[in-house]
Amino acid sequence: MLEWVASVLVRGMAFGTPLLWGALGEIYAERAGVVNLGVEGMMILGAFVAFATAQTTGHPVLGLLAAAGVGGAAALLHAFVSVTLRANQYVSGLALTMLGLGLAGLLGRGWEGFPLDHPLPELSVLPPLGVLAAVLLWALLYHTRWGLILRTVGESPAAADAQAVPVELVRYLAVVFGGVMAGVAGGFLSVAYRPAWTEGMTGGMGWIVVALAIFAGWDPLRAVGAALLFGTLFHLSFRLQTWIPPEPLQMMPFAFTILVLALTSRRGARTGQAPEALGVPYVRGER
Amino acid sequence: MRSDAGVTADLSSAAPVRLAVRNITKSFPGVLANDRISLDLRAGEVLALLGENGAGKTTLMNILYGLYQPDAGEILLDGRPVRIHSPRDAIACGIGMVPQHFLLVRRHTVAENIALGPAGTPFWRPVRQVAARVEEFGRRYGLAVDPHAAVWQLSASEQQRVEILKALLRGAEILILDEPTSVLTPQEAAQLFEVLRRMRGEGKSVIFITHKLDEVTAVADRVTVLRRGRVVGTVPAAGADTAALARMMVGRDLDRALPPRRGRPGPPVLEVSDLWVAGDRGRPAVRGVSFTVAAGEVFGIAGVAGNGQRELVEALTGLRPPARGQVRLRGVPVRGWTPRQLARAGVAHVPEERTRAGIVPSMSVADNLILRRYADPPFARGLLLRPAEALRAAADLIAAHDIQTPSPHRPARLLSGGNIQKLILARELSADPSLIVASHPTAGLDVATTERIHRLLLEHRDRGAGVLLVSEDLDEILALSDRIGVMFDGRLVAVVPAGADRQQIGLWMAGRAAS
Amino acid sequence: MAQVGPFRIERAETTGWWTVAVSAAAVVAAFLVAGAVFWAYGLDPVRAYAVIVRDGLLAPGTLPEVLRPTIPLLLVGAGLVLAFRAQVYNIGAEGQLLAGAVAATWVALFSGLRGPMTLPAMFAAGFAAGALWGLLPAVLRLRLSVNEVISTLMMNYVAQYLVSWLVTGPWKGPSVRGFAYTDPFPADAWLALIPGTRIHWPTLVVGVVVAAAGALLLGRTTLGFEIRVQGENPEAARYVGVSALRTTLLVMALSGGAAGLAGVGEVAGVHHKLLDPTQVSLGYGYTGIIVAWLARGRPLAAVLTAALFGLIYSAGDVMQVSLQMPFRVTSVFNGLILFFLIGSERLLAYRIRWAPARVAVEAPAAAGASAPPGEE
Repeated sequence: MLEWVASVLVRGMAFGTPLLWGALGEIYAERAGVVNLGVEGMMILGAFVAFATAQTTGHPVLGLLAAAGVGGAAALLHAFVSVTLRANQYVSGLALTMLGLGLAGLLGRGWEGFPLDHPLPELSVLPPLGVLAAVLLWALLYHTRWGLILRTVGESPAAADAQAVPVELVRYLAVVFGGVMAGVAGGFLSVAYRPAWTEGMTGGMGWIVVALAIFAGWDPLRAVGAALLFGTLFHLSFRLQTWIPPEPLQMMPFAFTILVLALTSRRGARTGQAPEALGVPYVRGER
Repeated sequence: MRSDAGVTADLSSAAPVRLAVRNITKSFPGVLANDRISLDLRAGEVLALLGENGAGKTTLMNILYGLYQPDAGEILLDGRPVRIHSPRDAIACGIGMVPQHFLLVRRHTVAENIALGPAGTPFWRPVRQVAARVEEFGRRYGLAVDPHAAVWQLSASEQQRVEILKALLRGAEILILDEPTSVLTPQEAAQLFEVLRRMRGEGKSVIFITHKLDEVTAVADRVTVLRRGRVVGTVPAAGADTAALARMMVGRDLDRALPPRRGRPGPPVLEVSDLWVAGDRGRPAVRGVSFTVAAGEVFGIAGVAGNGQRELVEALTGLRPPARGQVRLRGVPVRGWTPRQLARAGVAHVPEERTRAGIVPSMSVADNLILRRYADPPFARGLLLRPAEALRAAADLIAAHDIQTPSPHRPARLLSGGNIQKLILARELSADPSLIVASHPTAGLDVATTERIHRLLLEHRDRGAGVLLVSEDLDEILALSDRIGVMFDGRLVAVVPAGADRQQIGLWMAGRAAS
Repeated sequence: MAQVGPFRIERAETTGWWTVAVSAAAVVAAFLVAGAVFWAYGLDPVRAYAVIVRDGLLAPGTLPEVLRPTIPLLLVGAGLVLAFRAQVYNIGAEGQLLAGAVAATWVALFSGLRGPMTLPAMFAAGFAAGALWGLLPAVLRLRLSVNEVISTLMMNYVAQYLVSWLVTGPWKGPSVRGFAYTDPFPADAWLALIPGTRIHWPTLVVGVVVAAAGALLLGRTTLGFEIRVQGENPEAARYVGVSALRTTLLVMALSGGAAGLAGVGEVAGVHHKLLDPTQVSLGYGYTGIIVAWLARGRPLAAVLTAALFGLIYSAGDVMQVSLQMPFRVTSVFNGLILFFLIGSERLLAYRIRWAPARVAVEAPAAAGASAPPGEE
């Protein structure tokens, strides 16, 4: 029994890893005041590009770097539309997801069905790096000048602007960082977790990532626990298939997300509140 | 080039000119906000920038702080021309600003708010170092504030101190304060003046924006008067004739005389007893307030913002359910009624934030004028709207209230602030309400519109309506009210008849009980 | 305000023709960028578009292929226009569509109902199921302030797995052997087709009626007035006592219900059975979002914008068949069009005017208060 639990937790950690990387990036973007619903699109692009690069070069790490690059580039598009053009952030993110799924589906044709020759070890690289990243990002957010700048931009861009903080630059950096992390998260799926490329292989994980940022109260450390919880849930939906048909189980993480958001919505005023300017484009001189 | 608008008195002073503004021009759609403005600011002086709302003071300050770019003109710092493209440039020039609406992060602490600014704050744990400096500067200038308190817990006066400290810690030599006393009690204002004198004593320069004449003589060395975007003149503040200043500011003699009351107050319209209302954070914001407003009476509520006035108004207009207590409208208990029920029962509400809550900016003037009654005949029959009726009613109201709009179809957002307020009053007063709840009805409006609104409120008072007037402008409260209640910390700490002592009201506003 | 050469860009009231011009330009720009994507894919974009026009537009019998996806897109889009007007971001039309399909399937196969009332009952059940699927996120938003974007999205996945489970498990048809289908519907549950085509015209009629009713509701009724006030300024809605509860529930029920009707049309008009969710809906619920966005708040305009995306779907088919591209290519179009649409949105509030540079702007003697921005 204990062995079973331990193995479930290990697998949960594996599945939780892309969730954690994605959520850390989304937390930083949202801390700067920009919602990015394009995580699903950035992840699938990362997954495809990582696989294609790793397969071509034989180096899975190069694949991850390429995934980070493409995720960042995709996020740059979102930043341009939502920060510079001040368009609706929710819709821009949706557009990014559609575009990402479309591009990966289109360009990824012909790469499907081959296992990766040199996959990355699943558990020894990205999971511990993710936890380390969470700790570093937490310290950066709450104990450094950069973190203070980031939080101020997300809470009150006008206050930051009056203090000579370049609001748009900070938002760009945070969104692009979010994209880099989402790209790596996608890359993990195709070069480590399930070293192969299949169309639509992210299967809605990007949306769970967005929910995780909320569930974790925009706190990088709490994201670790949240990712482990959801990773375990995802894994269980495969593990329990011996007894229960797969579809109701696969439904679980999504239904559970709704449940969790509903249960945690009424938190205390001090902890886990959304950044005040989240989703609101900043226009100098407008209140 | 010298400004050709107005006269500039010869002011011989030994102090060198630190900041010179030359022919600054800035236009917005339909408005020339700054028209060839020129002024000088010397080292170690307090310059008052006097002008009524809409005169272009804030626009000029936003230009000096790099938030707007001028269309033409130049700015000289110590004789050298400078370009101020952003607050970063302004800060580099040693300019600091204390805006009228504070730019603070409410959920962050005082130190966190301040730590963002000064150069040389350490990367790691910047707050620690700043907290010590906040205390040091606080002692030096008389700006005491707890660096570890969250901003949302502070009073308006404390928040203002944070803004000033923010500028000082960043090394500001020139400080611009935009209408700084509008959120202060008279006593707090006096304290602020003391701070400004200390700064002047250290050789710093201060621009003090105001439309209140007595403040000019109280604290300023010189005063530059602005009217309709132009400089009318600059005179020494000491010994300045306030009547003359008023004439310069408004362009004519101020006729502050309001029409005398007709009729006497009647039976109570609104009776509030032991009302408790929760604030946004769940703590009681209104604590056991009781008062009555009679028909034909203006009951003014004075107080510094954030002492429960907003929650009280929201409770009385159905926007916020009271926790306990009694509210009667003409004898009928109305606690817990919805805004719509109350409006139908004869309660008009002139909201505090007129553009944010009072209108739907993208909808037409006509639709905004029937915003209260769109579902009632003749504007609707059953579920169906009757736009022709709305247009007819709108045309009447637009004419009766002199709302400047080319067409009733025009989106309300394109109206000026004064016309938006006229639209709101036209709508709210069109049904001859028995109770008018007016929150800050003239904040930010020019003298002509303000007078018009005051007369309108008094007309309805004379018609027999009860008026509950909530305002931060003590002068407005004193001018219009028959009785005055003072709110502090959610309680009505005093109720006095018109003509009460201003200083005493100020003390109550600051929470100090009568001695 | 800016002066670009002899042109002056200024804020102005948004006019109809300008909206159409900007929207059309956005769509064209998206097609151009999509051409670049084709090129990256190794396809000559000029040839690709030529094939699309030839096989997807000019070839005989193409109009029905455009109209077939137009039907669900119209229903979804017209409904979502209402939700978006109230600033309720219902991203869950995909799930609501599937819920409608499930309900219709239940009526057709398991309710025991037969005869001429079968189809009306299926539509009614589909509407109700779609509405219910939309109401849950609405209640969560109103009561627990759960962001409806996330919750409606999650509900899409729940619906997908629900349908998958039904067709592989309890509802798997005994007569279909290894396939993940239900049994075919009885004849009473088949929608009539326009002869010689695959267009289930009753659903098309329902779609046009829904769009017209939506326009009437929005423009001519007190409920529509409330939806507009709620969407344009929630603070003002609260101030005059418009119930956010009522408007939110209403638009979620209506948009969910309309998506449910689309689901009924797909199973009763096209497939005549319930099958894998990705085949019941080819992403209509997501594309419908763009249909609604492009309609710029006008339900009747969704008739046109749905047809445009019907065209893109049929182009997707053509590209699959004639150019051997994956059908996913439609997502590229969708994403790009949506990006350009929202990216161009700020242009709507401006107008470009021929105005050779003048010296200065004279200040109008504004009567009353004329506070410039930031002066208050």
